[in-house]
Amino acid sequence: MLTRRVLLAGSAGVLSAPAILRPALAATPKNAVVMVKQIDDIISFDPAESYEFSNNEMDANCYRRLVRPDPNKSGELSGDLAEKWTVSDDGLTFTFKLRDDAHFETGKPVTAEDVAFSFQRVVLLNKTPGFILTQFGFTKDNVQDMIRALDDHTVQIKIGQVRATSFVLYCLSANVGSVVEKATVMSHATNGDLGNGWLKTHTAGAGAYKLTSWQASDSMIADANPHSGMKVGVRRIVVKHVAEPATQLLMLQKGDADIARDLTADQLKSLMTNKDYSIASAGQATSMYIAMNQAIPELAKPEVHQAIKWAIDYEAIAKNITPGTWSVDQYFLPKGLPGALTDVPFKKDVAKAKELLAKAGLPNGFSITMDYISAAPASDIAQAVQADLAAIGIKVSLQPGEQKQVITKTRARQHQLAMLVWGSDYFDPNSNAQAFCENPDDSDSSKLKILAWRSHFQNAELTAMSQAAAKELDSKKRIAMYEEMQRKFREEAPFAMLLQKNATAVSRKDVKGFVVGALPDYTKYDAITKG
Amino acid sequence: MTASRVRQTLASVASVPLTLFGLILVTFLIGRAMPIDPVIAIAGDHAPPDVIARVRTELGLDKPLPVQFAIYMGQLLHGNLGNSVMTSHPVTEDIARFFPATLELATVAIIIAILIGVPLGVVAAWRQGSRFDHVVRVVSLAGQSVPVFVLGLVCLLVFYAKLGIAPGTGQIDVAYEGMVPPITGMLVLDAALEGDWDSFWNAGSHLVLPSLVLAYFSMAYITRMTRAFMIESLAGEYIVTARAKGLSATRILWRHAFGNIAVRLVTVLALAYAGLLEGAVITETVFSWPGIGLYLTGSLLNADMNAVLGATLVIGLVYLVLNLLADLAYRLLDPRVR
Repeated sequence: MLTRRVLLAGSAGVLSAPAILRPALAATPKNAVVMVKQIDDIISFDPAESYEFSNNEMDANCYRRLVRPDPNKSGELSGDLAEKWTVSDDGLTFTFKLRDDAHFETGKPVTAEDVAFSFQRVVLLNKTPGFILTQFGFTKDNVQDMIRALDDHTVQIKIGQVRATSFVLYCLSANVGSVVEKATVMSHATNGDLGNGWLKTHTAGAGAYKLTSWQASDSMIADANPHSGMKVGVRRIVVKHVAEPATQLLMLQKGDADIARDLTADQLKSLMTNKDYSIASAGQATSMYIAMNQAIPELAKPEVHQAIKWAIDYEAIAKNITPGTWSVDQYFLPKGLPGALTDVPFKKDVAKAKELLAKAGLPNGFSITMDYISAAPASDIAQAVQADLAAIGIKVSLQPGEQKQVITKTRARQHQLAMLVWGSDYFDPNSNAQAFCENPDDSDSSKLKILAWRSHFQNAELTAMSQAAAKELDSKKRIAMYEEMQRKFREEAPFAMLLQKNATAVSRKDVKGFVVGALPDYTKYDAITKG
Repeated sequence: MTASRVRQTLASVASVPLTLFGLILVTFLIGRAMPIDPVIAIAGDHAPPDVIARVRTELGLDKPLPVQFAIYMGQLLHGNLGNSVMTSHPVTEDIARFFPATLELATVAIIIAILIGVPLGVVAAWRQGSRFDHVVRVVSLAGQSVPVFVLGLVCLLVFYAKLGIAPGTGQIDVAYEGMVPPITGMLVLDAALEGDWDSFWNAGSHLVLPSLVLAYFSMAYITRMTRAFMIESLAGEYIVTARAKGLSATRILWRHAFGNIAVRLVTVLALAYAGLLEGAVITETVFSWPGIGLYLTGSLLNADMNAVLGATLVIGLVYLVLNLLADLAYRLLDPRVR
């Protein structure tokens, strides 16, 4: 007969199963580093197509580019595959001399033909990041002539119109400038796809690591590339997809992970004084801002832009909601990018904000909706903004949504207020200046539908200033132009710039050397050591 | 088997393709009505207008909706579910990889849930109103009320972080990753088939915590239903008759009372199992378990419609097959329809 004793014994038996089974290994393997991170954003590892954070980061470690931002000199570039380079006096022709000790995963040397092929391929495929190169005048018809190998070690790139030298070089330092091995890629080409189908899930680069395996929404493994000639601290990097920050923290504490990448502000706070962990962080070229759609009559008034900017308590948001993860930044160029301004012009001033609203003819405020992406910490920030704006009479109805839902809505220009995040495409100030300032054609058939267009923001002066700065060959003058542009933007644009992202990585004490880059393209694994 | 029973059974089987068609149609329409542009999901927020237009054409999204649906159905009839944007693999390959992980987790969970839930429900009903019954009711109510992610995280905190008697998340430790070649796709089973006992124990230990969490949720439902059925059954006149005949308590409980609820219980168990197979989305997220639930959620948020439709089809098929089996079992077990 089934008695209570039998039941209890049975239940206890099942519940104690973990103890009966052998416990898992307590630590990660010695020659490998296990990193826990959210990596379900990956679509493709092909540098001509990759445009998400996690795949760009892996590519940065599996591919080399002609140039890279100098890790020791902020705002400067240094050679990677390029030993040296020259630029013609008219600023149109770039000639790169390649180093001769770089080798692909297959052991074959990197040649100028590989470099030219890689860039031509980006233009011919014209996937999402393709515009980073095509904006210099390359087309499917001319790219073979404009980008070519002069000999085994010399590549020449001719651009279609004058562009600032640093602008061109920074674009070549982006992931889209990664050099792939032509022979390997073309051996996997099918139906004229230039190997795109194969490179989506493989690598063919000359970086310190090569992609060994990728299981979508599970893990990616990179092993040292023995032919690269680059020193690596650990032979294998395992990046495990762990969506929950709380789980990431547990794994780190138990030694099942060596590095955790997505811990929340509260979790970071709890580890800051703990000597068993070290925290690496870097300001990202990623901004959080509020866009005000100019198609909404109330939001079209300049005084309302200013009122909203003066109503928000930026410091309180950064201090209470996002300590360590997002910091106050009120310009469209995040700190670290060339030309970035560091002052904080706006602070919460309710009286001033109310006065501005009254000047706009809206002394009693108005009602408005605000779309935002319903993920931490945006939900808390949106509520804080809602409370701040309520204090001056603007009644905000919050409209949370999934990331792609909110993006779809704002791209269709159907939002009123929208709290969004924007990451620079490349490290040159033109990326954000163009996005926030340029809108030469506000019609639905415009060829440039970035942030200014999406909020119907048209400012002829800012558009002209941005276009002029992109062409300026004098570096100092160019930086001054961006500074002036940002001050004008601050006063006139319907964008309240709120915060700059700060990427963090928490390592166990025996793991050192992990460098978080300002862009995922610049995050490197080769200096990581263990033990 | 009578002619009418054969007809009923055939009708049940024949309804499967029709139901699946309806499921695909509804999912397809919901996918198109979602306020997410699938092109943005593929090309990204920063893609210029010409790339957006090209991708839209490549995906066939510039065609009228009925044409899009006809093309999809045509491919489906040829066994082609299309490619997933998220994984760059054919959806059929993805399902073959993700579904066995869920199948393994759900099967272990439902076995535990049945082994505990059914006896608990039976005894609780037998001792209705007793302290034991109250405890069972509270425990089962908690199982249905406590959010699974809370339970999962608490279990990880206690058994993994504090006590150290259970492994962390994922299907297997990093050290064993990729060592077992996939045969069935169920890692524990594959390790056993390969005779790789280290991997077997390791994967098995990883299976315990998520399956217990999932089992608790299911057990709560099974216990409550079993208890309710049994209370109703125990109040029947045939139980009074059985008692009057002087039958033993065990015989009355298990043969007469339980025997009479077995038919209805089969349906409950089948639906509970189907519910688990549907993808224990949250459990899979908390435990980083690469199952169909995680795949479907990721696909949905990325508007990866081929993947969403493929996964929905599989889940629908599982539901239908289990329902069909429950239906057939009902016909076999219930003497009134014999």
